[in-house]
Amino acid sequence: MSYIGQSVKRTEDRRFTTGKGKYTDDIKLPGMTYAHIVRSEYAHARINSIDTSAALAAEGVVAVFTGDDVAHIRGVPCGWQVNFKDGTTMKEPAHPLLCAVGTTVKHVGDGVAMIIAESRAAARDAADLLVIDYEVFPAVVNGAEAIKDGAPLVHDEAPNNMAFDWAIGCSPEEINAAMDSAAHITTLDFVNQRMAPNAMEPRSALGNYDDAMDSYTLWTTSQNPHLTRLLLCAFVLGLPEHKVRVVAPDVGGGFGSKIFHYTEEALVIWASKAIGRPVKWTSTRTEAFLTDAHGRDHVTKAEMGFDTEGNVVGLRINTVANLGAYLSTFAPAVPTYLHGTLLQGLYTTPKIRIDLVGAFTHTTAVDAYRGAGRPEATYLLERLMDKAAIEMGKDPAQLRLQNFIPPFDGVTQPGYQTQVALQYDSGNYHAVLERGLEMVGYEAFRKEQAEARANGRYLGIGFSTYIEACGIAPSAVVGALGARAGLYESAQVRVQPTGKVSVYTGSHSHGQGHETTFAQVVADKLGIAMADVEIVHGDSDAVAFGMGTYGSRSLAVGGSAIIKSIEKVLEKGAKIAAHKLEANVDDLEYADGKWTVKGTDKSVGFGDVSLTAYVPHNYPAGLEPGLDFSSFYDPTNFTYPFGCHIAVVEVDVETGKVKLNRFIAVDDVGNVINPMIVDGQIHGGLAQGIGQALLEGVQYDETGNLTNASYMDYCMPRADDLPMFETDRTTTPCPHNPLGVKGAGEAGCIGSTPAVVNAVMDALTPFGVLDLEMPMTPQSVWRAIQSKTEGCSA
Amino acid sequence: MKIPVSITVNGKVYAHEVEARELLVYHLRDRLRLTGTHIGCDTSTCGACTVHIDNKAVKSCTVLAVQADGCDVTTIEGLSGDASHPLQVGFKEEHGLQCGFCTPGMIMTASDLLMRNPDPSEHEIREALEGNICRCTGYHNIVRAIQYAAKEFSTEVVGC
Ligand code: FES
Ligand code: FES
Repeated sequence: MSYIGQSVKRTEDRRFTTGKGKYTDDIKLPGMTYAHIVRSEYAHARINSIDTSAALAAEGVVAVFTGDDVAHIRGVPCGWQVNFKDGTTMKEPAHPLLCAVGTTVKHVGDGVAMIIAESRAAARDAADLLVIDYEVFPAVVNGAEAIKDGAPLVHDEAPNNMAFDWAIGCSPEEINAAMDSAAHITTLDFVNQRMAPNAMEPRSALGNYDDAMDSYTLWTTSQNPHLTRLLLCAFVLGLPEHKVRVVAPDVGGGFGSKIFHYTEEALVIWASKAIGRPVKWTSTRTEAFLTDAHGRDHVTKAEMGFDTEGNVVGLRINTVANLGAYLSTFAPAVPTYLHGTLLQGLYTTPKIRIDLVGAFTHTTAVDAYRGAGRPEATYLLERLMDKAAIEMGKDPAQLRLQNFIPPFDGVTQPGYQTQVALQYDSGNYHAVLERGLEMVGYEAFRKEQAEARANGRYLGIGFSTYIEACGIAPSAVVGALGARAGLYESAQVRVQPTGKVSVYTGSHSHGQGHETTFAQVVADKLGIAMADVEIVHGDSDAVAFGMGTYGSRSLAVGGSAIIKSIEKVLEKGAKIAAHKLEANVDDLEYADGKWTVKGTDKSVGFGDVSLTAYVPHNYPAGLEPGLDFSSFYDPTNFTYPFGCHIAVVEVDVETGKVKLNRFIAVDDVGNVINPMIVDGQIHGGLAQGIGQALLEGVQYDETGNLTNASYMDYCMPRADDLPMFETDRTTTPCPHNPLGVKGAGEAGCIGSTPAVVNAVMDALTPFGVLDLEMPMTPQSVWRAIQSKTEGCSA
Repeated sequence: MKIPVSITVNGKVYAHEVEARELLVYHLRDRLRLTGTHIGCDTSTCGACTVHIDNKAVKSCTVLAVQADGCDVTTIEGLSGDASHPLQVGFKEEHGLQCGFCTPGMIMTASDLLMRNPDPSEHEIREALEGNICRCTGYHNIVRAIQYAAKEFSTEVVGC
């Protein structure tokens, strides 16, 4: 019996296809009240006064709280510290739960008051009765503008709006020498635009204080309930951790945005005790745009130097990363250790340096969004590669192949030490590109393209070959880099007396299908049926501890913790089996759910041994009863998935509309447990990456208004924007975790964006358009063509 | 002022007094506790709230409960409680869902499509899903799930 490697259909699907999923907003407790957060309409303004009297008197209103009511509570903390180059600590201004009178609001959507009422509608109605006197100030929304002298200040304690400045790689002298030696330098000035994560389930939080037990329960849309509990208890509300239960029930997608601890989670818990009733808050979509942490938002100048042969000799980068108004939970790590450290890409570049500034602006906080830093690194490298190929008259695929790091398996050959701190685990980069070329039919495509051009049709092909650092992360390594938490994972494997198995994992599924994939692993390793395995996650009362799901870590880290516990179960089980079989432990082997004395037909089954462990009448002397083990697994390295994405587009030069004809993705995510689920992860990531290239982008006007904060205005990828995807895999196992897995959650989103942009640029080569900002809307493509077409003006 | 309404939901008649402004989606979720119908936006653009009213797919966030007075409403819970409807089977077989949040709306929209057009092309499926957003799947497997259901039910009319 083997489940590993099979496309087993998901056990969780039944409840979702029948409408029986239980998401946070589905929960209704007796006596429950509804909270509405009144949010600032201004990006930068001082609150001179708030008059709550009319709102308080309104029908159905239970309570109105302002920043003054929660001023004694510490704000939500940041979980990662990145210092200035000179060693001084980053600027870490407080992020209060609500802005108090006399203080300034710092972005549109900043919380100003919380109205609690008997119904959702009553709470919203009362919001109109709140009288708030604001004194409005100029705002700054662009990171590069924010660090200029004279820009409006977001926080008085952060001069020039700098949270930190940072560099990694060789010295300025070394990189300048390398670039000076180059025969050709390709330069890109670009914006990697701000993205709204847009999990389809809006955030929601339900707090309940139980007076009888003096305990608290928070149901919340979280990717990591234990981390939320830790932050809530230790840093924000100062509650005893053992008296707080945090549950993340079914969660409707996260993509990073539900990692972070948000103010509303603390507010509903605090308010529930204050009013003695349960309090639920659920975000509207517009609130989601204004308050869910955004992603990306880099302004970058990138230069790649080549020798006369086309070998890369240096990479010099300057970036300003817009962090928004407050430092969100992992914000400082994203542009630095998840971005700067990936700039080696797949290439043997000998000298690399990035200088980066993290800037405060009057905008929503920016943090990890699917891929987190790695898409930005990939975009930069892969755009440079294609642009350089055009400039040097080389083939973009050949230019990559020529510069790839040679294959290494990480076992018989050592890992690859990059110039930017990381050591890649194992890789065979030529293989993914060669497979991609084969799938797309590269030579035939170039012929078709030439013929089409002759007929006035503009086809383009774009490449992207990426690497990412996943399986986040070795605690000691990230600790040295500024993480304020460990990034291990925990797992408990509890064998019930009847041989059924409950697994408690600290990973959290919000679409990834852990209840299936993890059960496949457990069932295989124990030789039992999948139906006999249950995966429990998302409840701090059930699962002892956990670090949650993000950074494509669940199977690589959480799965490894499960394997450790299974090993302990089998080790103890063998002792019981040996006793029952009157044999030596060393003479036993375990397969197909039973222990057999080698070379005989004497055996005892897993269920038998389980029962004996709980009914230990005839039992090995000195052995404890029970069969229940917990483990923590802390990885020794990141994992490094890689791949090749190829986009084929046709640009309608009359309208500027880009049609994505084909998308080919060859990904190497190490060993695969469930190919169907891995493909699904890739598909979803591709759609998000393609969305960034063609459709999406958060827009602020100069006053700090988020002008496209709804689905009427923010263009989400829809079914008819996308083709059927063509996917394949190569398999280079991870050498340092027991399952050999690397992680698949972010790959699609990391590789795809530059492939699409490169394809459009390839299509537009005849017009001399070498560069275009994302999203490449029909209007921007049309304008670019017009600006290069003689006799026409845009 | 409250207005009495009587709505048949999944074959059962519910009589309630509602505020004139109460949206059908809140009526279903909060009052009838049928929480399979979801809310994903404020602008009637995501389709998470799709139900059938008198056998037509409708976004229940664009309909007032009073407008549904006397109507026959089917929600995801009414499709089949045991996941045996070809679309429910198709979504599972083809991995047409991940987080599941868009799924009820997707299935109700797809069932409307298959009632009108039992053998849709890929293009027709993608067009029919225009009003439904999924952030997880990239739509690839949703299209395949609907193709699966269409094949399963190619001779019968897919309905509920
Ligand atoms: S909630 Fe009805 S369309 Fe989005
Ligand atoms: S499955 Fe998550 S939004 Fe569609």
